[in-house]
Amino acid sequence: MTTTLQPQPVLPATTPEPARSKPKKKAKGRGYETRTLVSPLSLRSWHGKLIYWTVLVVVVIGFTLAFVFPLYWMVTGALKSPDELAQIPPSFFPKEYDFGVYAEAWNQLQLGVFLRNTALYAGGAWLFTLAIDVTAAYALSKLRPLFGKLILGLMLATLMIPPMVLLLPTYLVAKDVPIFGFSLLNTPWAIWLPAAANGFFIFLLKRFFDSIPRELLEAAEIDGASPVRILWSIVLPVSRPILGVVSILSVVTVWKDFVWPLLVLPETDKMSISVGIASLSAQMPQNVLIASLVIASLPTILVFFLFQRSIMAGLTAGSLKG
Amino acid sequence: MASTIARPPVRRSLEQGAARRAVGRNLTAYGFLCGALICFAFFSWYPMIREIVLSFQQTNFVDPPQWVGLDNFRTVFADPAFRSAWLNTAAFSGLALVVGYVIPFVLAVVLNELRHAKAYLRFVVYLPVMLPPAVGVLLFKWFYDPGAGLFNQILDVFRIPPLAWLDSTSTALISLVIVSTWMNLGTGTLIYLAALQSIPGDLYESAELDGAGLFRRVWHVTVPQTKLILLVMLLLQIVATMQVFIEPYLLTGGGPENATVTVAYLMYQYAFNFGDFGGGGALGLMLMVVLIVFSAFYLRVSRDNEGGR
Repeated sequence: MTTTLQPQPVLPATTPEPARSKPKKKAKGRGYETRTLVSPLSLRSWHGKLIYWTVLVVVVIGFTLAFVFPLYWMVTGALKSPDELAQIPPSFFPKEYDFGVYAEAWNQLQLGVFLRNTALYAGGAWLFTLAIDVTAAYALSKLRPLFGKLILGLMLATLMIPPMVLLLPTYLVAKDVPIFGFSLLNTPWAIWLPAAANGFFIFLLKRFFDSIPRELLEAAEIDGASPVRILWSIVLPVSRPILGVVSILSVVTVWKDFVWPLLVLPETDKMSISVGIASLSAQMPQNVLIASLVIASLPTILVFFLFQRSIMAGLTAGSLKG
Repeated sequence: MASTIARPPVRRSLEQGAARRAVGRNLTAYGFLCGALICFAFFSWYPMIREIVLSFQQTNFVDPPQWVGLDNFRTVFADPAFRSAWLNTAAFSGLALVVGYVIPFVLAVVLNELRHAKAYLRFVVYLPVMLPPAVGVLLFKWFYDPGAGLFNQILDVFRIPPLAWLDSTSTALISLVIVSTWMNLGTGTLIYLAALQSIPGDLYESAELDGAGLFRRVWHVTVPQTKLILLVMLLLQIVATMQVFIEPYLLTGGGPENATVTVAYLMYQYAFNFGDFGGGGALGLMLMVVLIVFSAFYLRVSRDNEGGR
């Protein structure tokens, strides 16, 4: 169960093309660009050029101020002393660069423990999601068992229920698992198992598997390959793009989640990074808190740098181009 | 004659083979499905039923739970925070729509016209979405500081008197909307941008030949061409913003004077601060009914969207 408020990339993604297709080189030069709102002709006059460049500069500066400046303020704010932070007007550049505050935040807030916990939760959730959702989607797509449609329908129906409204009953399940009668609280299982119950991932994967030609699998079947073998050696290798999208989405969702780990991991030593910082924030000096915010945001930003393409594909390779 | 006698056994063994293969296939399939079935059963399907049961029961987790009819609903109705919570949630969603629905579309339209710095702008607008929400919210808590906070300093540059931001009933809710919008703007912008790229250029071409100006081209070409995705995003955003929890939880604790209590936050308070899971369940059920209407509509629209193309 994910309880982030951020709108999930619910646009049902169209099946990305099967693997092996190398990204085509962009056609450059005049005449290849698609026509948009403003005609290329009007951009060629000096008048049009002036407007274009003005808009460009305004947009670039505006975006930088709105989205990068707060982050700059965060990174430099951490370096300022508490006195300098309280100073009016504020200093644009820190007077002295004291990186010791990062070490202080690391030690005082036991950020190492929090980060390790979060990595454990996100990594485990990733493995469980892949193992459980891929096999399920494969069974629903290619093996087509009895009641398969009903099961798929029930799984997709969960997309209609916003996670927040099931917060209390799901918490009660984690606290005292029905039938088994044990508590998952303060164990990683409380994160891993609900994370795997994701109807959106099942939907994405099943749709991709549906697009794999039947002949490919039938040929393997005639050669005597078992379903497990077919999944492992044929389906998975061609499904790399969608596996990438699902992997990144699942890791990032768990990493960013706040409400669910807040409830099921109340012990300080078990907290995820977000919950840990939030719960200790009141007792911290301002600059130490800000330093810990910087440290907490580094992993996701780094992931974004590295996997930008997959992340944006997961978001926008939606049904838009159809 | 001999051949007609010989045939049935062959057919039967073929049928048996097919049946055995079908059984085998089903067994394998359910073997593959069992992990997902268990996870869904425990963490999605059962909680839905439990949510309904919960709201009609009173339980202290020691004695067996008791059916109390509509008592939980009466309790929360009588709570003065109940009315505030719904009004605030509606206001939050409404304000988030006013700010957060139009801006991404405008940004996407502008971005789509630019030929330079596109990768940078796309990257930057999505940056806040990648921050863990708790980090973004705590960062803005510091910016909202009435003393040396960034926002009051910026106001000071323009000689505008400082605001109390989170500490005043009149500005607290809008402050939450600003954080939430800042953190989520990138999603909408990039989705619209992808939608805009699929609009055929000839439509603009012919509209221009017919003498349509810039704004009429936006209104008569861009908007109708992205109508479905706009509707989908509208419903999606309503559902997302009505579940708002982390902003009031981390920024205001529902205050000042219940000005930022939301339904989800009140639900949390009932369960974990007052120990009343029945009252929390009742609130959750009400929120669920409201949101399912929007979700169902959303799923319908997005399916039409897919089928129509």
